[in-house]
Amino acid sequence: MLKDITIGQYFPGKSALHRLDPRIKIILTLAYIILIFFVGNSVGFALSILFLGACYLIAKIPLKMILKSLKPIVPILIFTGILNMLFITGDDPFFEWGIISISSEGIYMAVVTAIRVICLIAASSLLTYTTSPIALTDAIERLLKPLKYVKFPVHELAMMMSIALRFIPTLVEETDKIMAAQKARGADLESGGLMQRAKALVPILIPLFISAFRRAEELALAMECRCYHGGEGRTRMKQLHLGSADFLACGVMAVILCALIGANFLPIPW
Amino acid sequence: MMIKIEDLTYKYSVGTPFEKTAVDHVNLEIEGGEIIGVIGHTGSGKSTLIQHLNGLLRPTEGKVYINGVDIWEDKSKMRQVRFDVGLVFQYPEYQLFEETVYKDIAFGPRNMGLSEEEIDKRVHEAAEFAGLKPELLEKSPFDLSGGQKRRVAIAGVIAMEPKVLILDEPTAGLDPKGRNKILNQIRAYHEQVKNTILLVSHSMEDVASFADKVLVMNKAKVFAYDTVENVFARSEELKSIRLSVPQITNVFLRLNEEGYPVPRNVYTVAYAKRKLLAELEKRGGASHA
Repeated sequence: MLKDITIGQYFPGKSALHRLDPRIKIILTLAYIILIFFVGNSVGFALSILFLGACYLIAKIPLKMILKSLKPIVPILIFTGILNMLFITGDDPFFEWGIISISSEGIYMAVVTAIRVICLIAASSLLTYTTSPIALTDAIERLLKPLKYVKFPVHELAMMMSIALRFIPTLVEETDKIMAAQKARGADLESGGLMQRAKALVPILIPLFISAFRRAEELALAMECRCYHGGEGRTRMKQLHLGSADFLACGVMAVILCALIGANFLPIPW
Repeated sequence: MMIKIEDLTYKYSVGTPFEKTAVDHVNLEIEGGEIIGVIGHTGSGKSTLIQHLNGLLRPTEGKVYINGVDIWEDKSKMRQVRFDVGLVFQYPEYQLFEETVYKDIAFGPRNMGLSEEEIDKRVHEAAEFAGLKPELLEKSPFDLSGGQKRRVAIAGVIAMEPKVLILDEPTAGLDPKGRNKILNQIRAYHEQVKNTILLVSHSMEDVASFADKVLVMNKAKVFAYDTVENVFARSEELKSIRLSVPQITNVFLRLNEEGYPVPRNVYTVAYAKRKLLAELEKRGGASHA
């Protein structure tokens, strides 16, 4: 059923990674992702994979969750892999057939790109696995705060994001319910051609839209009843504080950073 | 139409930290032609259980048989199961989508592939069963009152002429007038077509006055499945799982404990009235003698 789709995919827990300040987690994840694109040899890749694996272990996220988050990008991985192999031509192609030639450089690029994309997805998934969506939007609001000086509506954007995130599960549940109700009346959602399937969605989309608008109106009213008037002068119940664990995490990341850059200068061929 | 549930277990979100057993090894047999009240707390598994009866949920373990046939044996016959076992969800008015009441009620029969004349006949019959005046049929369902919308949704399921009709809290959120209207229409409908009705309800009064049998769910298991009299006679046990008996039953139990010669098995106000009047008559007669 729809409920099985992980959106936001927060994986509740109490590990050290769960308890880190979300702002630090976002910054460190970004740092790691950027770094991945500077790694140039096998030692560097081994190090970065090991580091990410260690983080998953610390967070107690089952490793099969990585596979789950990688599933949707498998086609992209295969596609870029094939492109890399076909279009990067080296000096000594070891396979030639007509216009197709595959060189060791091409294979090397294909593997490197795949590893980079996998690490990128796994790292950002780790961020969403260990951070609740609300904490994430909170952190994004704080991190984007400087943009306020150029009249960027940071608070409004963050509020919109948290409302959207808050209502995703609600609307998914609602969709589930409406689908079940129409199926109980014999609606056939699974067979027929494209047009027929699109038509079969009408009995689901109309009630869904009506209820989404109703909810939006109710929410706006409830927020006004509690005197919501934008971000001006609004204080927060949960203040974000940097603790010693956060500085420790920054320190660890700095060491990894140096190690990875250092690995680039190792005298090995690939 | 006989429904048999064998060792049914259903778990939500298997394999995640949110895994939860909603129905736990339930065995049940439902004979045809009765009204069965289903009671239990929020989260006791009643809504999950009823969604197995028409194959909307697939059991994690166990089987559901309708007239002796396992409904999951041949998935191509699943739609027929859904036409035979009609399910009206909680707050069914949120599923209305057509431009007119007529078209919305016709949605189920049209999915059954019936002829236009048959559809027309069924829509009018179902509207009458649900107490909807014919002039409402050409209106938009979104212009109706809450109680009317709900009756349109119920008519949409009745129009499929199901042999078993399941109603999940059909009176939730309605005012007393709307509640009585819906319950009376359902009773009249049952008396006319003699099908099986499962009525999920939080109101012990409704169950006591409507149902022949009561199914009590507690913590994903069947706590009791028996006649109204036998179930409400276990008032102490019901209280121990934080359910109650009808208020009138409580009044009579208390009167009985205080020493008044009234029966302990009173479940409806109408019956209570008859018993009290009979008792008063006896006393009146005695004092005159």
